[in-house]
Amino acid sequence: MGSFAGSALPPDDVIVSALRAGDEAMFAALLDTWSRGMLRVARSYVSTDDSAEEVVQDTWLAVIGGIDGFEGRSSLKTWVYRILVNAARKRGARESRTLPWSALDQDGGPSVDPARFHGPDAALPGSWKEPPASWPTPENQALAAEVRGLIGKALAELPPRQRIVITLRDVEGCASEEVCDILDISPANQRVLLHRARAAVRERLEGYFRSVMAAE
Amino acid sequence: MKRFTCGELVEVITAYLDDALDEPSHAAVESHLACCADCGHYLDQYRATVRAVADQPPEKLSDRTRDRLMSAFRERRKP
Repeated sequence: MGSFAGSALPPDDVIVSALRAGDEAMFAALLDTWSRGMLRVARSYVSTDDSAEEVVQDTWLAVIGGIDGFEGRSSLKTWVYRILVNAARKRGARESRTLPWSALDQDGGPSVDPARFHGPDAALPGSWKEPPASWPTPENQALAAEVRGLIGKALAELPPRQRIVITLRDVEGCASEEVCDILDISPANQRVLLHRARAAVRERLEGYFRSVMAAE
Repeated sequence: MKRFTCGELVEVITAYLDDALDEPSHAAVESHLACCADCGHYLDQYRATVRAVADQPPEKLSDRTRDRLMSAFRERRKP
């Protein structure tokens, strides 16, 4: 375990010179910090855990071989993730899991069922018919674990592009500009995908909490 | 002044949280939230969802792959 694992990594120029100089602790820290997210992203493109691990391995090999040529035009993380996404796309295509990045139809339309709002003839058109019910705070461990599992499942069932964006933004904590750079999509496109993904997960949580409260 | 219905407001929440709305829209969201408890509630749930998504169990490379990569680094980047 490298000395940086678990804490914030140093700035890019420090990491890059350390890697070029063959600093094993720095490489280990980077490997341990970023591979978690990389596995998750790779898994959105390929069909098995083994394929995802191979994609991550190939990415790190490309990083080891290519670090001398890194020019710093993007952040190091963006550069690494771009290599990852390219490798994962190629691998996914070989497994016939192509993601139609150009089509947005699956992601269009409202993210909340329009039936939940009053129609144009109501006194307050577009207001909530039945407001969102309050949620219990998942304080006890069992409930928290169940929520975790439920979210994992909800993420896995999202359309792939939404899943990749919410994984990068909310699970891995990337900034929106980073996600646009990594995936080569526009800020508006990124936002639509993220919004729909979050709304879908919120809806799943809402259904779950409703059933929990009904059972009490 | 720009106005949002609840149904419209829920569609701009990600843009609102990302500070990506233009100034009139941003102000319109705030004034709607100031007087609509239901949408305030929805926003809280949306934020709670984002926090909950961040709390996914950690993943790990297998030891075999990690070892292989460490040796590859050592070989290639001999100081």
